Amino acid sequence: SPEVKNGTTKRMNLFQAINDALATALAEDENVLIFGEDVAFGGVFRCTMKLAEDFGAERVFNTPLTEQGIMGFGIGLAAEGMRPVAEIQFADYVYPAFDQLVNEAAKYRYREGKTGRSAGGLTVRMPCGGVGHGALYHSQSPESLFTHIPGLRVIMPRSPLQAKGLLLSAIRSNDPCVFMEPKILYRAAVEQVPTSPYTLPLSKAEILKEGENVTIISYGQPLYTCQAALQKAEQDLGISVELIDLRTVYPWDRETVFASVRKTGRCMVVHESMINAGVGAEVSAAIQADAETFLRLEAPVTRVAGWSIHMPLMFEKFIIPDVARIYDGIKNYAGLS
Amino acid sequence: MKTSIIPRSSLRRVSRSLPRVTPRFPVSSIGVRFASSVSQRPGSEYVSFPGALKSAFTSDLKFALPSDHPTLPTYRIVDQDGNIVDQSFNQDLSDEEVIQLYKTMMTVSIMDVIMFDAQRQGRLSFYMVSAGEEALSVGSASILDKQDVVFCQYREQGVFAQRGFTLNDFMNQLFANKLDNGCGRNMPVHYGSKELNIVSGFYQSVCETTHLIGHQHTVSSPLATQIPQAAGAAYGLKMQRINDPTLPPRVVAVYFGEGAASEGDFHAALNIAATRSCPVVFICRNNGYAISTPTLEQYRGDGIASRGIGYGIDTIRVDGNDIWAVREVTKKAREMALQDGGKPILIEAMSYRVSHHSTSDDSFAYRARVEVEDWKRRDNPLSRLRKYMEMKGFWNEAKEKEARESIRRDVLKAFSQAEREKKPPIRSMFEDIYEELTPELKAQMKELRDHLEKYPDEYDLGQYEGGKSSLDL
Repeated sequence: SPEVKNGTTKRMNLFQAINDALATALAEDENVLIFGEDVAFGGVFRCTMKLAEDFGAERVFNTPLTEQGIMGFGIGLAAEGMRPVAEIQFADYVYPAFDQLVNEAAKYRYREGKTGRSAGGLTVRMPCGGVGHGALYHSQSPESLFTHIPGLRVIMPRSPLQAKGLLLSAIRSNDPCVFMEPKILYRAAVEQVPTSPYTLPLSKAEILKEGENVTIISYGQPLYTCQAALQKAEQDLGISVELIDLRTVYPWDRETVFASVRKTGRCMVVHESMINAGVGAEVSAAIQADAETFLRLEAPVTRVAGWSIHMPLMFEKFIIPDVARIYDGIKNYAGLS
Repeated sequence: MKTSIIPRSSLRRVSRSLPRVTPRFPVSSIGVRFASSVSQRPGSEYVSFPGALKSAFTSDLKFALPSDHPTLPTYRIVDQDGNIVDQSFNQDLSDEEVIQLYKTMMTVSIMDVIMFDAQRQGRLSFYMVSAGEEALSVGSASILDKQDVVFCQYREQGVFAQRGFTLNDFMNQLFANKLDNGCGRNMPVHYGSKELNIVSGFYQSVCETTHLIGHQHTVSSPLATQIPQAAGAAYGLKMQRINDPTLPPRVVAVYFGEGAASEGDFHAALNIAATRSCPVVFICRNNGYAISTPTLEQYRGDGIASRGIGYGIDTIRVDGNDIWAVREVTKKAREMALQDGGKPILIEAMSYRVSHHSTSDDSFAYRARVEVEDWKRRDNPLSRLRKYMEMKGFWNEAKEKEARESIRRDVLKAFSQAEREKKPPIRSMFEDIYEELTPELKAQMKELRDHLEKYPDEYDLGQYEGGKSSLDL
């Protein structure tokens, strides 16, 4: 809206933008509650700083250390019309809550049918992704495990501006949302963020850069790597690359992606999590299954993603798609034209 | 020569000042120090470690043994022969109201027999009876306020019946017809009540429409998942009353078996309910078996009740075959749950699962028929209440026979009505995944429609309301 566009902005990093969105949600709806492990003092990543002080210990509180409990508790709140925002301290620790997410949150509306009840008020936030030294249990990006679950919306922002708008949409959404925050960006990514509330649409991709010869589809942290790689590639190889941020990885924006690939004829999907059955598998299969898009393909759809292994401490830089691997991917396409 | 295709500056921008991977404990330098600040006084008799306040020092090396603690007693008011054993008891209902409770128990019991047989005849896919647990479910539900919220496991037909679920409601769900609240999506016995109609409203106004109407959440098969949900729901009710003090005080009641209490969700729920002071009444149906597993293989402690104390939860064990005891205990529990701004209460109701676990189970494969027959004959919630009523002089054999016949007729009538109804429209299989149909789901709906058009003889579409046309976009 123009009043957000022309309104004041503030320099924020990603955790500050998340904090700002949470404060906004708490202020505008008394049904919003925030809880999880260690959120009361501000959270281990500072995302909930000062919220307990400003909005009260009844609305922003610590839970016992139990992920399945946090999720079940959140679902119960949502089913009674509240707007719980639950935090899982690291995405790596969401698995104890998997049953509650898959069998309960995602299926609530479906099984209730005509009663109209749902767990739609629920938003689950979790820091995800590599951080340089997180090893096996502080690095995971389990988004594709959630994208296989009908009923959930799975969102990953790339920047502070995106994070605030998408998180507010997630909290207001009447579908349960899994909101994944690339923790490497908590402090690294800084930009001007409007101070007033605004939302960004869910299930809507964004074209970050228009191009003619290759489409790169990604989300979250790798978008920065993609940007660096494509700048270099365009300069070296004289081709033009279109870069798309999915933003919501499920249900994802098929039309924007298909339209772009129909234009460029070449497509690469980039993500940090492992390649096997990752988001890239679904996106590339859907691209080739869409008759109109398939006919425009001039090369196989490729995926640049994490290897099909766990995240070992000392080898992270060889796993996460880096500028060189993405650059090389683009170069292979250039050779074809 | 090593060349760099990576503009170092752009990488630095992203990776500068990486967040430290913080341990899962708050770092002490954070500054804010919360209320539980404790310190050790010199010469104190008590340990003041933060984790266990007021723990006395001892120089006696002695382990606490479960066997040192007497088994928690089981509260009862009326014995197996219908005699009143708690002389302080006063019947708080009119004789007519007692008869009504009895008839509700009888309805559940008669419906169970008929539906079990119907499943055996292949007329519905599955069924679970609740024989032996009618007093427990009907009795506790009769105490709950209309506005209280209930979560069930699956063996609580009596709770639904007592709270206004009609025979038609039961049958529509069991036959998964177009009138089923669950739109034909759930297995039989997964009931949910439509006491309220939440308009899928937007944002802040959602709970304005839901506040005042109690309801029963739809049963789901995964065991124990409803227990932490009940804790959360109870916290929600508490917060809604903080936000709007004109609302009536409400509790959540949640039912589960002793087998489900072995799930992690039970542990999570009791702990979180205690730490967040949630007005929730946990009602455990301890009927001795989880499918084939006897309680000896389920736990080694003193049932489920002994655990409540460990979580700091006020707890009681009650004779689940004694409807009066169940009612008194639930009444008190509800009252206590609303005290001090809200707190959880645990009730362990003892009973015996007289029936098979479900229609897919033959329980004589793992327990003696004589044991079951013995329970049926010796102690049964229906006969206990019947004896009580007969002793009081407001029930007799003739009334029993008449009630039995009339209920049987009503059940069969609802049965055949529900069986004749059409199935829900095929479209409803795609709906309610999300609040709105997504483009992907619309495309799949169209794909299915085109397929049915192409192969009309492969599917029996006539039984579904609207046939394939319900799939039109």
